[in-house]
Order: sequence, then C-alpha cells, then structure tokens
Amino acid sequence: MTHDNKVQEVRAIENGTVIDHIPSDQLFKIIRIMQLDRAPQRITFGMNLESKRMGSKAIIKIADRYCQDKEINRIALFAPMAMVNTIKDFEVIEKRKVTVPERIEGFVRCANPKCITNNEPVRTAFDVLNNDGKISLRCRYCEKVTPQSQMELIK
Amino acid sequence: MAKKSLISITDLTKDEIIRITELAAYFEEHPYEPLLNGRVIASLFFEPSTRTRLSFESAINRLGARVIGFSDTTNTSVSKGETFHDTIQVISNYCDMIVMRHSLEGAPRYASEFSKVPIVNAGDGANQHPSQTLLDLYSIKKTQGTLDGINIMMIGDLKYGRTVHSLLQALSHFNTKFTFVAPPELRMPEEYKQFLRDKGLEYTETTEIGDAINEADIVYMTRVQRERFTDPMEYERVKNVYVLKNSMLEATKDNMRILHPLPRVGEIAYDVDQNPKAYYFNQTENGVYTRMAIISYLLGVKK
Repeated sequence: MTHDNKVQEVRAIENGTVIDHIPSDQLFKIIRIMQLDRAPQRITFGMNLESKRMGSKAIIKIADRYCQDKEINRIALFAPMAMVNTIKDFEVIEKRKVTVPERIEGFVRCANPKCITNNEPVRTAFDVLNNDGKISLRCRYCEKVTPQSQMELIK
Repeated sequence: MAKKSLISITDLTKDEIIRITELAAYFEEHPYEPLLNGRVIASLFFEPSTRTRLSFESAINRLGARVIGFSDTTNTSVSKGETFHDTIQVISNYCDMIVMRHSLEGAPRYASEFSKVPIVNAGDGANQHPSQTLLDLYSIKKTQGTLDGINIMMIGDLKYGRTVHSLLQALSHFNTKFTFVAPPELRMPEEYKQFLRDKGLEYTETTEIGDAINEADIVYMTRVQRERFTDPMEYERVKNVYVLKNSMLEATKDNMRILHPLPRVGEIAYDVDQNPKAYYFNQTENGVYTRMAIISYLLGVKK
C-alpha cells in the first residue's frame, strides 16, 4: 500500500502526514489554509498527478507533523474527497476521510460586499451547507450563501 | 428584564409568531397602554427610513417609553469614524432596547452578540425586516380570520424582494398555497422553492397574473424596479404586465385583500384604492400595533 507507484511520484516520508486526493486546482488554497507556507517542517507536494477517481489530483506530504481533526476538516470545504494518511516508519498506520464541518469561523470571506463582516472588523462565521457534496456557506450575519466557486480566504 | 432580540423572522417559532399577532390584536384594542413607563428605547437609523422609524417611534410612545436616537448619521460619532461596535456598545448603556436600521447586512445580528440590551432589526440592507413580516402576518390574520391554509399570490420582484422571502419563510408554518407571478429575470430564487418543497408545500409559478388571481385570498404586490434589469428593453416590455388594475378584481373572492409593503410606484393603479379589497393603507396602521406587540413581547412585559 505505501509503496505504490503513484505515491512515489512524490518522495515517501518516514514519519508524518500525507494528504491525498486533493483537486489539483485547490492545492495552493489547502497549503494556505494549513499555513504550510510558514511551517518549519519539510513539505513536499505534487499536482496534476494521475488519478483513476479524480482524473487529476494533488498530494501533500508533511514530514514529522501529525494533524488534528479540527485542522484537517477545514480543508474539507475545498477538498471534500481528501484522505489523510498518518505515516510511521514509512507505513500508513491510519487513514482518515475529511469530514465537512457544520460551522466554520474566520479564514473564509463572505462573498456579499454589503455584509457587515466585509465592512467592519468582524470575524466571519458560517453554517456549512452540504447539498450532495456541493459545499456552500451561509453567513451567520447577512444570511447570504457563498458558493464554493466564490470562497476566498481571508489574508 | 428578559433579554431577547429580533433579528430575523426565522428566529421566531410558530407559537411566537402566533403570540405576537395576538398581542397586536390586543394593542389594536388598547392603543395607548403605558406598560413601559419610564423606560428608554434607542431608535438608531444608520440609514434613513421615515416610515419605519415613525411607526416604531409611535409604538414606543404609545407604550409610554421615551425615544432617544438619530434618524441619520450625519451628526453622530459614526461620521467621525467610530466603529459600529463601539457605537452600539456605548448606546446600549443608555437604554433598555435598541431599534436599528443599517445599510450593512448582518449589522443587527452582530450587534445582538455583544449588546447588553435587546436589538430589534428595523431592516438591514436587502436582508431582513422582521417587523414588516409580522405586520403582514397580522394583516393576513385580521382580514382572513386565520393564518392557516391561505392561498397567497405574490406579484412583481420575487428575486430581490426581501419582504416576499421573509413572508414566505413565516407562512411556511401555516400550510400556505403560493402562486408566484414574476418576469423571468425576477423569479423566486431556487433556494426558496427548494425550501417549500422540503416542507411539502404547494406552489405554482407563472409570468402573468391571469385568472389565478380569482383563487387568491391575499394578493401581495411588490415593486418591479427599473435598476434590477440588465436590459432596459426588457423592463419596458414587462413593466405594465405587473400593474394591478381595478378591472382585474371583478371575479376575485370577497375575502381577498391586496397587500403592499409600500411605497408603491405605479404597480397598483389609483383606481384600486377605492376598492374595499385594497388593504395596503390599513396595513400601515397594523404596523404600529404589531411593533407595540414586538417591543412588549421582547421586553417581557407581555408574555
């Protein structure tokens, strides 16, 4: 399992976390959400890799770091199919599917320019709507729905 | 004193909606009742709205409370750049309740998270205006004797009209039958139709008023605004299709009443005003009693 050819397109790690089945076009968003661009660990990633299930996928490998569910579930907004593998001594010891959270706070902007959160220093808050895998966010303040295609991260 | 805000019509349960319409009926019988003697209520209109503000202030005065506040932000600390948060934080120390209108959507919900006193949303942009919805419901109940099983025809701008969306949400508790009449550009959004389907409620959609008006108990008119159209030719084509004229009312039911959140700009012909089925001006009077009901219910002086 750990040594199939596809995974080897990105070098294996001895210990850490592998996030697989990320849509290629969402890779850099995921990197930013998990703040991997600022992480001290060794990070390797690949995109536009072949995938039977998705056509094209991306993968991220984070050495010597284990991710908590809360952190992982944030990426479910952009990569609802993602699998999170925990690696010890080059072996997968745990496989987790991400689960879409019911609520999220901060980190995503409301798409409504007239929303209070875009005009005053207010932390955003959303209820997550999951319509057969189509994720969208309903703002707790202005009640408008932000579809996934319009989801932007707060810088 | 109980602390309860009213931000969105969906904050209220079916029982609460019924209770507020009952209280509105009570205040119609007792239009001057000083239940709030000595209390102070702030009326903060960050965005001007004469009609809603005067209706609320009339309700506050009839309940014996006093009003402080502003009707626009020109001479306030807001114009000096104070944050909304700080303004509300300070004013909530001066009063027992805040009634507010704001052009930014979600401002009242945010205020309710940290204000010491209840917030009543008197309109936040295109989002919610729950006192309008409750006065619509009171008008329906008063004219039809019930809220249950009403056949309502909504006409005009069903896409952007916040009043029709909130009314639809509230009526969904009462086994209502809906007919939506709108030009294709301004149709009822899919999310609201889905909401009705999820609740197992019936609706029909059409682009013309036609004979369906003869089945309606309530005709709810809204304004079709020119600025909603990307194609001005399209506006010219449809603007007269959604005008209600007296001649169209001949075969309508006796109990049918016409509601409109006002202001109207031509979508109800003036010859309708004399028809006893025209109810839109009575509706504004119902607004005062409904707001008395809302304020006294939220402050816990009427349960």
